[in-house]
Amino acid sequence: MGQKYKQTNSNWAVEASGLVKVFGDNRAVDGVDLNVRAGSIYGVLGPNGAGKTTTIRMLATLLRPDAGTAKIFGHDVVKESQIVRQLIGVTGQYASVDESLSATENLIIFSRLLGLSRKEAKTKAVELLEEFGLSEAAKRPLKNFSGGMRRRLDLAASLIAQPPLIFLDEPTTGLDPRTRSQMWDTIRRLVDTGSTVLLTTQYLEEADQLADRIAVIDYGRVIAEGTADELKMSVGTSSLHIRVQHVQDIEKTRRMIEQVLKVPSSISSEAGEITAPMANADLVTDLLIALRGEGITLSEMSVQKPTLDEVFLTITGQRATDAEEDATAPAYESKTMEGTTV
Amino acid sequence: MRTSIQAVSERKLKNNTSLMQSLRNSLTMAYRGLLKIRRTPEQLFDVTLQPILFTLMFTYIFGGAISGDVASYLPVIIPGILVQTVITTSVVTGVQLREDMDKGVFDRFKSLPIARIAPLAGALLADTIRYTIATVLTFVMGYIMGYRPGGGLEHVALAGIIVIVSSWAISWIFAFFGVIARTASSVQGISMIVLFPLTFLSNAFVPVETMPNWLQWFVKFNPISHLVTAVRDLANTGTVGWDLGISLIGAAVIVLIFAPLTVRAYMRRT
Repeated sequence: MGQKYKQTNSNWAVEASGLVKVFGDNRAVDGVDLNVRAGSIYGVLGPNGAGKTTTIRMLATLLRPDAGTAKIFGHDVVKESQIVRQLIGVTGQYASVDESLSATENLIIFSRLLGLSRKEAKTKAVELLEEFGLSEAAKRPLKNFSGGMRRRLDLAASLIAQPPLIFLDEPTTGLDPRTRSQMWDTIRRLVDTGSTVLLTTQYLEEADQLADRIAVIDYGRVIAEGTADELKMSVGTSSLHIRVQHVQDIEKTRRMIEQVLKVPSSISSEAGEITAPMANADLVTDLLIALRGEGITLSEMSVQKPTLDEVFLTITGQRATDAEEDATAPAYESKTMEGTTV
Repeated sequence: MRTSIQAVSERKLKNNTSLMQSLRNSLTMAYRGLLKIRRTPEQLFDVTLQPILFTLMFTYIFGGAISGDVASYLPVIIPGILVQTVITTSVVTGVQLREDMDKGVFDRFKSLPIARIAPLAGALLADTIRYTIATVLTFVMGYIMGYRPGGGLEHVALAGIIVIVSSWAISWIFAFFGVIARTASSVQGISMIVLFPLTFLSNAFVPVETMPNWLQWFVKFNPISHLVTAVRDLANTGTVGWDLGISLIGAAVIVLIFAPLTVRAYMRRT
């Protein structure tokens, strides 16, 4: 397994540049560049209507791009669409399975379409249903399936041909937390077998948990790209959160933070929590020793990295408030450059 | 979980689909259509009720007026009502295709390395089961009412097959409407506007001689008239005439024009 993994790892699974799709007056996708390494999980993050689904549909040969090019494992999505279709599996935002048929019937039909014999198709269906924990519901019509079961079947159908690249369009939207984490496990296992996964999501946590690299997309453009840590770092450093046991110690603590860490602190009025930016983690030890020396007892202490939520709000907020789009563009460009060369 | 996937460089990749594959894919899609009918047999209401209702109504309403009595009208009306009923049934193909296409599963079909024509051809092929039911029921109703076709069973069966094949060809027209229309109900609307003049301005119900001259010109030109005449010849006398040839050529022309148009429109749809 490791060998093949390495072999495909040296290639690009997706190379897209300048993708554009216009619907009437709406530039749904407005020049998207994406590069996804084989064997990785790549997250496309953005709010509703940002152009995520349209981008995926173009990469999956479901929509013809109005401009730009895209290659899947080196094969052009327009000129070699039938080859591309042999290399991808697509799981849509709305379950792309047949509602009126049973789970087994669905998988058998998709298997037959992919060229499996009748017997192979049956074996494959049983195998996949087993793997996705759907064996008990195999014969029931999908109308009675829960959202999570439907998504699992949908994903199972995408895996029949064992494609090296799998598109997942919002795989966990509308799922409860437990089903969501089951889905995440499944996606991780997929990558372990050598598949590449390109997923879209509106959930920052999901991108953070799963994706090796993330592209933040808004108004049809990639506005930031990098690893989750890179994106978080671009917003700011970690911060120290302290809560003291006795309210009268708050002022003293804040003075000491300024002395030792040499940064101004802030306090949230309702909870009495002191927050300070933490550029140098080593100085925190000094601070804690000094506080103990003064006899100040802490009730709570934590260090928090900026969340992707903050990243997202910072980046998209900037775009929304800036009248001149181009004013912020250079900063994003440099991020993208960094992303593609790593 | 599973064994590791095959590397891209080791895969055999082709950018075209062979005729054999197109056929195989279409048959699988037809199998899907049959499974759907089996799951929702209520879809077959129209093809069961319409032949019974229409055959009864038209025969007893027009029989006396046109042919003097019901018995001598039967050889005229049964082939006519057969063609009219089965072709009307093919409108449903377009409507159901429209409804089906709005579902997510068609996205998956599009993303699979299968022949582009298969999802359409399969759906149309599966619907021939509907035409068969309508055909058999119409002849059975006729028999119950006293119709004894002179051509014998084998010619009646042949006539039935001709009607089914022609309806399959015509269903490509409605499939085209199905693909380009926005909603299922608009497919129904457009199709009916095409269908009513075609089936009624023909020799299906009344002798052509009773119509005004300008209308006779259209009726004689109407391919539906040729199909009705072909069915009458086969069922009533067991003879094969020119009308049969014209009907089959017409069916082929419709498929040759509308199948590529429909597939192209289907591919363009987002």
